[in-house]
Amino acid sequence: MNRDEKITKIQELVYEMKVQEVMRRKVITVGPTTQMSELREILRVNRISGAPVVEGDALVGIISLEDFIKWLANREDDCPIGAKMTRDVKTLYADEPLVTAVNKLEQLGYGRFPVIDRETNELVGIITAGLVIEGLLRKLEIDYSEEEIHRYRASHIFEDILADRTKLLFEYDVVGQDFERAGESASGLKTTLRRLGIDPRIVRRVAIATYEAEMNVVVYTPGGKISCEIDPEKIVVDVRDSGPGIPDVEKAMQPGYSTAPEWVRELGFGAGMGLNNIQKCADEMVLTSDVGSGTHLKVCIFTEQGRGS
Amino acid sequence: MKLSEIVDRLDLSVRSGKEKLGEDVTGGYASDLLSDVIANSNEGDIWITLQIHQNIVAVASMNKLAGIVLVNGREPEEGTLEAAEQEAMPIMVTDMPTFEVVGKLYELGISGTR
Ligand SMILES: Nc1ncnc2c1ncn2[C@@H]1O[C@H](COP(=O)(O)OP(=O)(O)OP(=O)(O)O)[C@@H](O)[C@H]1O
Ligand SMILES: [Mg+2]
Repeated sequence: MNRDEKITKIQELVYEMKVQEVMRRKVITVGPTTQMSELREILRVNRISGAPVVEGDALVGIISLEDFIKWLANREDDCPIGAKMTRDVKTLYADEPLVTAVNKLEQLGYGRFPVIDRETNELVGIITAGLVIEGLLRKLEIDYSEEEIHRYRASHIFEDILADRTKLLFEYDVVGQDFERAGESASGLKTTLRRLGIDPRIVRRVAIATYEAEMNVVVYTPGGKISCEIDPEKIVVDVRDSGPGIPDVEKAMQPGYSTAPEWVRELGFGAGMGLNNIQKCADEMVLTSDVGSGTHLKVCIFTEQGRGS
Repeated sequence: MKLSEIVDRLDLSVRSGKEKLGEDVTGGYASDLLSDVIANSNEGDIWITLQIHQNIVAVASMNKLAGIVLVNGREPEEGTLEAAEQEAMPIMVTDMPTFEVVGKLYELGISGTR
């Protein structure tokens, strides 16, 4: 994004985003009967420069550091906040667009606005200029990384390469019993396919099949290899391990069948659904296994183009 | 219903994915078995679980779930939070047990069937 693009993007965002997306939800409030002398400590401890005044569920006023300083300067006697607060509180609704907040902050010159739920009239948050900026930056960052992804496109890659046949190959090593890193191959492959601009529905199926296969290698074997071959028509995921093998493949395929040990179940594995999930995602699935030497899984998922031909 | 509204009504603490609180929650699923969640949850679901390791983020983002609620006061592991920020996946925590959270969500009109 260049500078001008970024500015128009922000303009777009202030119309698109809602107050509730950037407001702070945990609001420090004070009661009208709290003494002015206590206010300083409340503001200091919470590092805020003002607070809505709330009685029961109702917003009855707002008190700021400025009010406090005025009270100090006049050397008045201690009194409840209720006597010094601003009663005519300017508020925003949670579902209003951010642009309303930006305009009000600028026009009215207040540092903060309590945010009210339109239906219940309850105080649900608070908004300041700082929070607006923070929210915009966060959103900009996300949008930016999404744009980044659109830069590469698989179609382009395949279009740009001049050959009778083109294939991309990605390989991942899976370490057995390593639950810290379990799932990294599938997630890496997912990101790669996304970056290549492959249809998100296809990416999702490949990701699930690879994830389940990877987890099985982690749980049941000392380790293995995942390779993923991509051509314009199909994506083939090939998973080989040198584990104990599966004595009865048919039985292993049954939903709910699992030999996962207790400690693995505690981590959330062992529903006996992994191979079924793979099957559901695959256009073709071949599982072969030799007890003692290992297991080989091959999953094929057709792309839009492959499906057509 | 917006995820932010659920966060307010159930008084959940948000640990990650704040930027996605404006998204819609269209259903719910409760399970602690990951493959079961992959098989049976739907896009837009809010997922209630006591699992806290990073694979929950992978599972939730594969199924495009709206967010994950960790129950019984359990906190996400560090790797889980990192992954969740990367994937912009909201993780919320609560002291309530699963039964209580599901009941409250159901009262708000969030259903497990569609
Ligand atoms: N690579 C493998 N090596 C050895 N055994 C395997 C392998 N993959 C699967 N199995 C066997 O097949 C069974 C069923 O696998 P499946 O993935 O369907 O379920 P699970 O891993 O037990 O549970 P879930 O995947 O739902 O967490 C496993 O319990 C295990 O006995
Ligand atoms: Mg499995």
